[in-house]
Amino acid sequence: MAIQEIMIKVEDISKSFESKDATVNALNHVNLEIHKGEIYGVIGMSGAGKSTLVRCLNLLEKPTSGNVYIEGKNLMQLSEKELREVRTHIAMIFQHFNLLMQRTVLDNICFPLEIVGMKKKEAREKAKELLKIVDLEEKAKAYPAQLSGGQKQRVAIARALAMDPKILLCDEATSALDPTTTKSILALLKKINREFGITIVIITHEMTVVQEICSHVAIIDHGDLAETGTVEDVFSHPKTKAAKKLVFQGEDKEYSELSSKRCVRIVFKENPSAEPVIGNMILECKAPVNILQADTKDIGGIAHGQMILQLPDDEIIANRMIAYLQERKLEVEVLEDYVQ
Amino acid sequence: MFSNEIISMLVEGTWVTLYMTLTSTFFAYILGLPLGITLVLTRKDGLRPNQFIYKIIDVVVNIVRSVPFLILLILIIPFTRALVGKSYGPTATIVPLTIAAAPFIARLVESSLLEVDQGVIEAAQSMGASTWHIVWKVLLAEARTSLIINATIALATILGYSAMSGTVGGGGLGDIAIRYGYYRYETDIMFATVILLILLVQIMQYIGTKVAKKIDKRYR
Repeated sequence: MAIQEIMIKVEDISKSFESKDATVNALNHVNLEIHKGEIYGVIGMSGAGKSTLVRCLNLLEKPTSGNVYIEGKNLMQLSEKELREVRTHIAMIFQHFNLLMQRTVLDNICFPLEIVGMKKKEAREKAKELLKIVDLEEKAKAYPAQLSGGQKQRVAIARALAMDPKILLCDEATSALDPTTTKSILALLKKINREFGITIVIITHEMTVVQEICSHVAIIDHGDLAETGTVEDVFSHPKTKAAKKLVFQGEDKEYSELSSKRCVRIVFKENPSAEPVIGNMILECKAPVNILQADTKDIGGIAHGQMILQLPDDEIIANRMIAYLQERKLEVEVLEDYVQ
Repeated sequence: MFSNEIISMLVEGTWVTLYMTLTSTFFAYILGLPLGITLVLTRKDGLRPNQFIYKIIDVVVNIVRSVPFLILLILIIPFTRALVGKSYGPTATIVPLTIAAAPFIARLVESSLLEVDQGVIEAAQSMGASTWHIVWKVLLAEARTSLIINATIALATILGYSAMSGTVGGGGLGDIAIRYGYYRYETDIMFATVILLILLVQIMQYIGTKVAKKIDKRYR
């Protein structure tokens, strides 16, 4: 494919907040390029600065320094009126949905259309179309308080689509939802990306969300951009400490009492999911392994994901196991200090 | 119990009280609503932060609210006279009532609007809404239940003020209570006015609560 058009370009932005006795640097010299049609994940621990970053993309937060370009237009140089115009093309959805509680579902979707002065009848027609897309036609006359979390987010998505945006920013959009609902919302976002070609930026602290739908990911750590790349690259070969911490989420506490220090991380990429690789390895080597972490899934009959295994203390057996796994075309990485 | 004359006086007094209360509440909102909105917009984390304007309104509101109503009423007699031509009677009383109630209403409006979820305001901003749109379609629309409930409080308070103005010939039920009950020791007439005032407050409260509930869609 030819080089894709750059949709969002973040150039050396920093953002600091002044409080009474300290200056908090929420973002430090962040650079980012997001191409048209991508689903781009921004992940980080809470307080890492990811919410500030996404708010800099539509200037809800004004960076202390640096520039933000949307389709080549520098937002920092726009007048307030021009900025409002640009914002109509950058939709946003939120963790807490942020619907107008005193308006019906249909009128919520009409809201952005009212702002740009569309006629009421026309706006309602359009809103009805959008409700069809998010699969909530029967709730048109309901009020947000009568909806479940997932339904509220669907309304928020319909509202976001009302202005035919080029970009959709999602700020922890699934963090208040249960896993099943999260899945269905992510599927909806995927569909929107595919059918309307909308560039999507997803802010999350959940690894699974990024794995599920993003093509690219940026890892933010204490206001610094730690790592960027395709989801596959970053997840299978995390380079920085922050990235590793996220990929091996929650490691140190839970496994620290185990004795063996021989841990390996294996990455599944091309093995048929029908093949019981680990089971066969145990049978072949006649020794048990401890699965410390496993996150694999079946995508079209191919196993994807990773596992962390604790191998037996016996070096010969352990090496045989590693050789066995490598033979099966799995990537094996010995983790030196995975267990302290 | 009462002669026809007294009854018709009480009925008239009730109407006069209603006239003063409703008219001054109306004018007080014309002043207080924009003031309340301005307070919310210009505060430090508002949509249009402006310390200077905020401070001025804040201080003026506090000063007027600190002056006891009776004193204010006497204090601004020259102004009242200049405006309506006389200093006593129901129409003249509307002037001090409005001035006393406006800052109170500004505070009530401010607190109602501050209840609106910051996230919803942010969402509107992200859609490119102007400040005007946010005030009109988000702040006032979302806070409408609280605004109505507070308007009921304002009405009852202004009703109380209007009765107080009776001491200086303001007219209405308060005036009757002072003249008959206090100066002429006709306690039964005073009781009658008190009961009428209680009824008025009850009716206002009932209607206010009813309307507020009816237009509130925030709960199932």
